[in-house]
Amino acid sequence: MGLNRKDLLGMQDLTAEEIQLILETAEPMKDIIRRQIKKVPTLRGKVVINLFYEPSTRTRTSFELAGKYMSADTINISTSTSSVVKGETLQDTAKTLEVMGADVVVIRHSAAGAPHILSKHLSASVINAGDGFHEHPTQALLDMFTIKEKKGRIAGLKVAIVGDILHSRVARSNIWGLARMGAEVRVIGPATLVPPEIEKLGVTIYTSVEEGVRDADVIMVLRIQLERQQKGLFPTIREYARLYGITAERVSLARPDVMIMHPGPMNRGVEIAPEVADSMQSVINEQVTNGVAVRMALLYLLAGGGNPHETVG
Amino acid sequence: MALQEKAIILDDNGIRRALTRIAHEIIEKNKGVDNVVLIGIRRRGVPLAERLAGKIREIEGREVPIGVLDITLYRDDLTTITHQPVIHKTEIPFAVDNKIIVLVDDVLFTGRTVRAALDAIIDLGRPRAIQLAVLVDRGHRELPIRADYVGKNVPTSRKEIVSVYLAELDKQDKAVIEVDTA
Repeated sequence: MGLNRKDLLGMQDLTAEEIQLILETAEPMKDIIRRQIKKVPTLRGKVVINLFYEPSTRTRTSFELAGKYMSADTINISTSTSSVVKGETLQDTAKTLEVMGADVVVIRHSAAGAPHILSKHLSASVINAGDGFHEHPTQALLDMFTIKEKKGRIAGLKVAIVGDILHSRVARSNIWGLARMGAEVRVIGPATLVPPEIEKLGVTIYTSVEEGVRDADVIMVLRIQLERQQKGLFPTIREYARLYGITAERVSLARPDVMIMHPGPMNRGVEIAPEVADSMQSVINEQVTNGVAVRMALLYLLAGGGNPHETVG
Repeated sequence: MALQEKAIILDDNGIRRALTRIAHEIIEKNKGVDNVVLIGIRRRGVPLAERLAGKIREIEGREVPIGVLDITLYRDDLTTITHQPVIHKTEIPFAVDNKIIVLVDDVLFTGRTVRAALDAIIDLGRPRAIQLAVLVDRGHRELPIRADYVGKNVPTSRKEIVSVYLAELDKQDKAVIEVDTA
């Protein structure tokens, strides 16, 4: 069985079976990254275009390497040096890329839903690499891969997501995915940074870190965006760090084998204490490696076998 | 697809004897098993490689390392088939450099699987030699590839299907010619 869809737009519409297939396909991909010759010929002749309307090092490089390890030709377009500054619409830019031969368009955009609009107009596969505050599905998949790799399972684990839930597409995608795979998801943050009615997604809300991390198997720390302070959502960085920063003391309330995760880039000393980021329990570097493996799996599953979405029957 | 068995190529004793002979031939051709490793091609090459290693242990009293190769990522038909095959792990827990690799598979047909396996191995390092052992060679090669060790050569028609069943995966040992009656 394959992944019977053209695009990866979000975790919300992925089934448990699809998530399982992506995570299992990423396992052999990870072995390729560890080899001396980090290349397989699978996507020879395919073109992957990274279309990033927001700055990114990690995700863009990760997609670029994933494509290259699979022998696809990968091209990066950053909007500051492209026709976007001349006023071209998103749709026209993407269509131009498609008629040049793009098989996969990876897009990051500040507007929620931008990848969904593209997917309707392109026959190429579209991968959402982050859209506004909406979703960042490949980050959630790499997080879930990392959890499954370390813990052997996802179902039944207590996962605490800490920080700015309101503005976090990473949190939203992880909540959809983890809940679908049977994890018990908790969100922790100041009331101003937790979206109302988020419990409808099946999560439990905590405003106290101490209560939220108790007995957790996984603590997922979110980046706190410093510009949020200017909007008055929390008083000072120092107060945020004091009330919600993940310190060694708070980690000790979780299970002894707790995993510490962070999607990066980190503000050391704000949302996460340096000694926690560098501790034995931290899998932050592993997450980066796994990101490449998961993206290789996705490129293979979306672009690897002929053109399943164009074939009838 | 409804498969009907048309003829038995090898029964359980036939498979056992063929593997015993191949084990002897591997030892003879390589003057022992120094630097010899067995790599089974998923799926049915894997139990065959394990059985060959067992025979070599009985004959020479030496362990030969076994690896498992998944060739999916190297297939040449990925752009023509509609659904991507599921990828399994390649598990080769040793360096292939300077080794004599005996690739093991159940049936040799077009040679395309072996071509993919050769590319996959060469991406892992530079072996001294690569040899090929198959249980059944049914002809109809589409590439200039031949086996070094063959359990049985069987002339077949292209429309026929040659299937190998192994106790480890299929509860019984036999190699058969089948025809699609659907």
